[in-house]
Amino acid sequence: MARNIQSLERAAAVLRLLAGGERRLGLSDIASSMDLPKGTAHGLLRTLQQEGFVEQDEATGKYQLGAELLRLGTSYLDVHELRSRALVWADDLARSSGESVYLGVLHQQGVLIVHHVFRPDNSRQVLEVGAMQPLHSTALGKVISAFDPVAHSEAVDGERRRFTERTVTSLEDFEDVLELTRARGWAADVEETWEGLASIAAPIRDRRRMPVGAVGVTGAVERVCEDVTAGTGVVGSAAPPGAAGGAGGAPAEAELRAVLVAAVRDCARAVSRDLGARRF
Amino acid sequence: MSETENQSAGASTHGEGPFIAAIDQGTTSSRCIVFDKDGRIVAVDQKEHEQIFPKPGWVEHDAAEIWTNVQQVVTGALDKAGITKADVKALGITNQRETTLLWDKATGEPVHNALVWQDTRTDTLCRELGRNVGQDRFRRETGLPLASYFSGPKIRWLLDNVDGLRERAERGELLFGTMDSWVIWNLTGGPDGGRHVTDVTNASRTMLMNLHSMNWDEKICSSMGVPMSLLPEIRSSAEVYGEATGALAGVPVASALGDQQAALFGQTCFAEGEAKSTYGTGTFLLLNTGHEAVNSYNGLLTTVGYRIGDERPVYALEGAIAVTGSLVQWMRDQMGLISTAAEIETLASSVEDNGGAYFVPAFSGLFAPYWRDDARGVIAGLTRYVTKAHLARAVLEATAWQTREIVDAMQKDSGVELTALKVDGGMTSNNLLMQTMSDFLDAPVVRPMVAETTCLGAAYAAGLAVGFWSDTDELRANWKRAAEWTPDMEAADRDREYKNWLKAVQRTMGWIEEEN
Repeated sequence: MARNIQSLERAAAVLRLLAGGERRLGLSDIASSMDLPKGTAHGLLRTLQQEGFVEQDEATGKYQLGAELLRLGTSYLDVHELRSRALVWADDLARSSGESVYLGVLHQQGVLIVHHVFRPDNSRQVLEVGAMQPLHSTALGKVISAFDPVAHSEAVDGERRRFTERTVTSLEDFEDVLELTRARGWAADVEETWEGLASIAAPIRDRRRMPVGAVGVTGAVERVCEDVTAGTGVVGSAAPPGAAGGAGGAPAEAELRAVLVAAVRDCARAVSRDLGARRF
Repeated sequence: MSETENQSAGASTHGEGPFIAAIDQGTTSSRCIVFDKDGRIVAVDQKEHEQIFPKPGWVEHDAAEIWTNVQQVVTGALDKAGITKADVKALGITNQRETTLLWDKATGEPVHNALVWQDTRTDTLCRELGRNVGQDRFRRETGLPLASYFSGPKIRWLLDNVDGLRERAERGELLFGTMDSWVIWNLTGGPDGGRHVTDVTNASRTMLMNLHSMNWDEKICSSMGVPMSLLPEIRSSAEVYGEATGALAGVPVASALGDQQAALFGQTCFAEGEAKSTYGTGTFLLLNTGHEAVNSYNGLLTTVGYRIGDERPVYALEGAIAVTGSLVQWMRDQMGLISTAAEIETLASSVEDNGGAYFVPAFSGLFAPYWRDDARGVIAGLTRYVTKAHLARAVLEATAWQTREIVDAMQKDSGVELTALKVDGGMTSNNLLMQTMSDFLDAPVVRPMVAETTCLGAAYAAGLAVGFWSDTDELRANWKRAAEWTPDMEAADRDREYKNWLKAVQRTMGWIEEEN
């Protein structure tokens, strides 16, 4: 049997001591009830305090459990909270891009659409909130797979179905796509899920920079991509120099309109900022 | 991970100027929003002001603080937009309605805090003013019942209760205004030539204006004991009242609309039969009834929707729901069933239906169409089966059913069938609520792309006045559908549920036995 780590055991004991009700204890109480020298107890408390698991009352100097402990249990972001935070920014993205906007989060083995703004042309459109999209082929799915390790393993382990000729299905190529996505901070889907449609998406993060979802635009490939003849193998000007080399095995990507990429990333940053500004 | 967060240039595609600025002088804050020609938001600035509660039921604002804040947010919004006053073609104003202020004409000093619309100190006075007729004594002329919200009785209270005011008013030293008048008077020079005006929508909430002539009603003013020398000139909602002085010197001040009417305008409900509903703490539903002031026999208010320049005025029916968003807040703060307002949807979505529970939030009585102050809130249909998730659903359904009741009353009064409901306000981010609303109304519910319809309405009216936009058709083209929910409920289910709701409503009545 492996030896236990003594300092972790002691830290756990401190937390138990402080747990339950509104308990506040001074350093000497903690040290004496654990039968430890004050210096050792103080070292434990200081480390726990740095991690946010313990807080010290400024006035009395006494210790209590920290807010971070509560967050550990409830750190998931409510998707309806996410939608209400994203509402104005998603509207603005739809207006500036002229395309429909989708906001998605990881759900089981796919992307759950939690918010959808119509393309602003007043044509008849159907609200797609609640629909699922695949992780491996859509822009939203690629972004989530690239930044969220749980999504990544789902996408790697799951079936990567071929929807069109352009769908990336091999693991190696898929990992290259995710690598590129991480490097440039956004992902695209040019006719990899639906013929004739292209998407661009970027990650939304919470205040601890954890990825919570993705936002993106979807529209006709002719509008979302620059006017290029298909299959020229030129990587978009919106990608950083060198990205073309990095994406070696992946299929050539049509040139995405830089102004759309910028608008999507601005929107993602704005929503992230809004989430960060808020405490739980 | 090495994601570079460099600022991407050229991402936002706001048109080049010129722009229209709109001031929203609201109940809790003052805001200024700069809009471009497409009606898109370029910049926002906002500042809250103090809520003063001298006694239970009394609510006041410091009008000097409000004017300071208004100046700050205007400068703030222009700075954030990176523009100067030269880029601003006109300034529009929308405001909390009915809030009443008297100030000294010579010095510009308020003679008392503003009495806020929610302030109930004129309850008794309103009952006295009803004499033997009751609360409908002035309804035919003004479209309003005698209730504590409206400005006329608030003016009377100030003149009766603040030392020396009656005499100063008789000597012509004082001016009255709702917040639109206060802001415009100050913007256009204050004691130094400021324009003392109000618009038809704000005037229609004073209980002193005749809805049909659009003039102050001499008889009502004298019944209420309000000297007409106090009153501002009544103008249209969209015309140049004057030029601003100070930081915005030279910019035309070109619109004024009460906040709910501004939202109607911002939602481009320009045709008879078009309606909007704004979901906040409470909810206000306004239906455009065209050039006819429709009398209500079902507990709604008749009010002016807007008037553009010399055109004929457009009227509206208004229905208010006291408790909508505030019920969700109550579930969060008082019941602790959720930790954020958005979570109500998560909780409600975890069940298929209300489990037989109905929640009628008659916290301070029932408003339209019942007007019963002896009613109090009820949760009906409880069994051991009912969980907090069912109650969360009942909470959302309460907002949807109350909307349905207002819409029914409007159809009865106006004979106009609602084709679609345009919604705005914070609760429109609640997908389940919007779908439920569409199911209960059996009509599409549509959310526009700009949520800030109140400011947008004021900007639209100001832009029309100076020719920035040519006509209402151009504004309509700016209106974009962001989402639409369509009914998906069996008629039999809807009828059964509505019947249950109405039964629950009956249970709330007569709870308070004798009102003192």
